[in-house]
Amino acid sequence: MREISAQQITDAVRRLCMEACYYLPQDVRDRIEACRRGEPFPIAGEILDKIIANYHIAEENDVPICQDTGMACVFLEIGQDLHIVGDITEAVNAGVRAGYTDGYLRKSVVSDPIERKNSGDNTPAMIYFDLVPGDRITITVAPKGFGSENMSQLKMLKPADGIQGVKDFVLKVAEDAGPNPCPPIIMGVGIGGTFDKAALMAKKALLRPLDEKNPDSFYADLEEELLKKVNALGIGPQGFGGKTFCLKININHMATHIAGLPVAVNVNCHVARHKTEVL
Amino acid sequence: MTVKITTPMTPEVARTLKAGDNVEITGVIYTSRDAAHKRFVEALDRGEELPADFRNAIIYFAGPAPAKPGAPIGSVGPTTSYRMDPYSPRMIREAGLTGMIGKGKRSDEVVEAMKECGAVYFGAIGGCAALLAKCVKKAEVIAYDDLGAEALRRLEVENLPVTVVIDSEGNNLYKLGREQYLDSLKK
Repeated sequence: MREISAQQITDAVRRLCMEACYYLPQDVRDRIEACRRGEPFPIAGEILDKIIANYHIAEENDVPICQDTGMACVFLEIGQDLHIVGDITEAVNAGVRAGYTDGYLRKSVVSDPIERKNSGDNTPAMIYFDLVPGDRITITVAPKGFGSENMSQLKMLKPADGIQGVKDFVLKVAEDAGPNPCPPIIMGVGIGGTFDKAALMAKKALLRPLDEKNPDSFYADLEEELLKKVNALGIGPQGFGGKTFCLKININHMATHIAGLPVAVNVNCHVARHKTEVL
Repeated sequence: MTVKITTPMTPEVARTLKAGDNVEITGVIYTSRDAAHKRFVEALDRGEELPADFRNAIIYFAGPAPAKPGAPIGSVGPTTSYRMDPYSPRMIREAGLTGMIGKGKRSDEVVEAMKECGAVYFGAIGGCAALLAKCVKKAEVIAYDDLGAEALRRLEVENLPVTVVIDSEGNNLYKLGREQYLDSLKK
């Protein structure tokens, strides 16, 4: 059986935290720049220009694109035939601690939601484990800011609400969010499953590259239709009006119960950070 | 057109600014957010002096990233302002605040206080934190050091680019800008 040490995971997480916060993924840049070219409203165009200038400054100076370097969401796909020597949860948290400290990233985590004392090192990470075939481990670090996280919503629709209910809910989330989540945004949508699975699907939908089409043609069409409708609201970048409110809507779906139609929408700002490494 | 403002900003100056104006701010401003605001109003409740003189001052709702060696501050963009809505009316009425920089919607109560006293709500571009940090020439923690990123900081800024979102008459760019864009599609 293949073995790797917990220390290797710590080193990778440390690196990924910093790189994710400094360098915006290429697919997100491409999308922002394409929207800039298609933006007819002058003030919206100026804002998109500043957003583009900002991620270049961050990259050139190795500084965070946004000061809210988020909660560290860490997705682990662990091969069934891989043996990790050491405590994997502690290894991830050690990586976050090192990455946020050495990388001059903001520590934005409070240890208790009511008492609200800062944990001082951005731990604990939000860790998601998946077991997959093989003997590798895929680590994705997605620092999640809370300006957009706070604008996310989940609703347990009735089966009778159907597709129209889903569409209305996505539009409601966009309208409720308005200027708050630093638009242009990305919307991750999870449809089906249970209460918790819908939310997790929505979060994972935010990781799908923006230039990738949904493999299911029904949901690919739904993504396109919703994107057009959400942008037709005219909220625009930063809410000052314009075409570019949402860069992309990604939908994940799965089976659900005969009595239910859960829908979750996880909102991300234009600083859609995530970085992956395979060990 | 860009309007240049130097702090402190009197209510008279604040009242000249209109929703949609691009403004560049130079001078001293303060950063504080949720936790510090809670302490401000607790101090006001107890009749204590605030840790800074906020009369005619501008507060930037922000918690910066740590400064790298040699830099005055780390990346520093705005945080979402509605979380300060429970506190801002008292900061305007009782502490004399005339300007706030943030992003996102504000409550009717905040807008009422702004109209009454002559205060302005500016928007900075959310997520443009590396760019905005370049306008900060000096930064120091002046109170609540235990709050880390949320501590009260005194910043010296040069030409910090912001936009008037809600002016002292209650005009709101979030409403006006959107209407203007949607109207432009009809032509």
